[in-house]
Amino acid sequence: MILYLLRRLAVTAAILVVICAASFAIFYLMPADPAQGACGKACSPERIAEIRATLGLNRPLPVQFWDYLVGIVSGRTYGTGAQAVNCPFPCLGFSFQTDQPVWPMLTSRLPVSISIALGAAVLWLAVGVAAGVVSALRRGSLWDRAAMTAALGGVSLPIYFTALVLQYLLVVKLNVLPYPRVVPVTQDPAGWAQSMVMPWITLAMLYAGVYARITRGEMLDSLGQNYVRTARAKGLPEVTVVRRHALRPALMPIVTIFGMDLGALLGGALITESVFGLPGVGKLAADAIAGADQPVILGVTLFAAAFVVLANLAVDLVYAVLDPRVRAVG
Amino acid sequence: MTLLTVRDLTVDFGSGIRAVDGLDLDLDTGQVLGVVGESGSGKSVTSLAVLGLLQGATVSGEIRFDGRELTTLDQRSLRRLRGDRIAMVFQDPLSCLNPYYTVAFQIAEAYRAHHRAGRREAHKVAVRMLERVGIPEPERRARCYPHEFSGGMRQRVMIAMALCLEPDLLIADEPTTALDVTVQAQILDLLRELRREVGTAIMLITHDMGVVAGLADHVVVMHQGHAVERGAVRDVFRRPQQPYTRGLLACVPRIDGPLPHRLPTLEMTG
Repeated sequence: MILYLLRRLAVTAAILVVICAASFAIFYLMPADPAQGACGKACSPERIAEIRATLGLNRPLPVQFWDYLVGIVSGRTYGTGAQAVNCPFPCLGFSFQTDQPVWPMLTSRLPVSISIALGAAVLWLAVGVAAGVVSALRRGSLWDRAAMTAALGGVSLPIYFTALVLQYLLVVKLNVLPYPRVVPVTQDPAGWAQSMVMPWITLAMLYAGVYARITRGEMLDSLGQNYVRTARAKGLPEVTVVRRHALRPALMPIVTIFGMDLGALLGGALITESVFGLPGVGKLAADAIAGADQPVILGVTLFAAAFVVLANLAVDLVYAVLDPRVRAVG
Repeated sequence: MTLLTVRDLTVDFGSGIRAVDGLDLDLDTGQVLGVVGESGSGKSVTSLAVLGLLQGATVSGEIRFDGRELTTLDQRSLRRLRGDRIAMVFQDPLSCLNPYYTVAFQIAEAYRAHHRAGRREAHKVAVRMLERVGIPEPERRARCYPHEFSGGMRQRVMIAMALCLEPDLLIADEPTTALDVTVQAQILDLLRELRREVGTAIMLITHDMGVVAGLADHVVVMHQGHAVERGAVRDVFRRPQQPYTRGLLACVPRIDGPLPHRLPTLEMTG
């Protein structure tokens, strides 16, 4: 088991290096000159040359990439002598727009993204799985058809549309919610929840539809299994039959996609955060893209990729705990 | 004493498929009734109808168990009967055991469905049952999952599960079909032994005449949803009255007879 874990961690690290290389290549092969971006408008050619030297842009690309990787692992120093700027571990460079180091920018935005992702996840899991289970148990009923139509609708509606409609209805028309803003959960839990409700619903509508459809399919499959018939033949109450013998196996594929979805969302819900103006990692990415802020874009990309890859690792470990057959092999 | 009486049992599935057509069965306390027939003759459907486990089917006729009519019984009372008084062993023990729970848990679960017992007590019952059906090292094996057991051991688990509540009737639907021959013999020995100890009546559903000959007192031969012949095992085997039964018996190779060039097969009728 420990060997398996080490092997998986090594693979995870390798994947991250590959992602790093790919995004690095894309951003530094683009026609936009990073030195120009760092310097801003109306910059003298001497100044640009100076920045080029400080950032190491005059060196070969593989060397730059190596420096970038070293910076992530152990921090690095830009420039030499009196102008030297230290970038502490884990160094992802400095933002062209604000001159801030990228790593603290990411971590300071993270709580907002976590608030959005976790709250939405609880909501869509509860709604999606419950709706899917009931649909499977009453296959072909009016409820089943209504729920599956609603699920299709939820999946089809774009986030910016749902978000704007919600905002218009709940904030402008009915006045039941304040406009979303950042309220730390530690200071004012009620206010935090209130400002997060709309992003939660927006994201949950999208994902709950997917989860309801998957749950329904998996439940129909497991309800037809012979061991469910055995459970009934034992005289177990129907509730126990459904929960213990049908739902538990049906949840396995849901664990898989849930891990990946949550990982992706922790790396920033770009559209949702932008529409509601919440300063999470996704909003940071949107702003960086708008301002061609290459170090920040690169940083967010890696950050989000790391979440997805780590979530996948977590899913595989959870799988080993949940499924005795996987445990035996691992 | 009569334990189970089935009269004029008819099972219809949608789209006009009649799986069982006017079937009569009688089973006395402690007796073994063999129900034989080829695939699709309605044997398994009959057993599921007795337990009320058929879904999407219309069941008519009478199923009287110990003086109670099962076809009109409410779900709650039917659930109390299942496992406790009528238990079932199915054909494919791997797919019939839930892969996510230990074998002891699945036996204990059957026990706890009908007894007010704590987890520990039920676990002890499960271990005792595993020992009784001949699982070596029952204490340790109790914590295994179904995929860690061989086919024969899995079927022993199914039997332990079915018999932990000492039911009046055990319905065994092709209990040896998915097993290899030596294991089949062991499972049949086990059923014979348990029948003697517990006194459970067994409704033995199989397509294998050899199994019936070894275990059953009476036999009903089914063909296309009807009972074509019935009687004491010895009589039916010695003097089969119906051509169908004769055909069925002719399909079984005999260890003491001349070696035929090719085994006879049933001719398709209807």
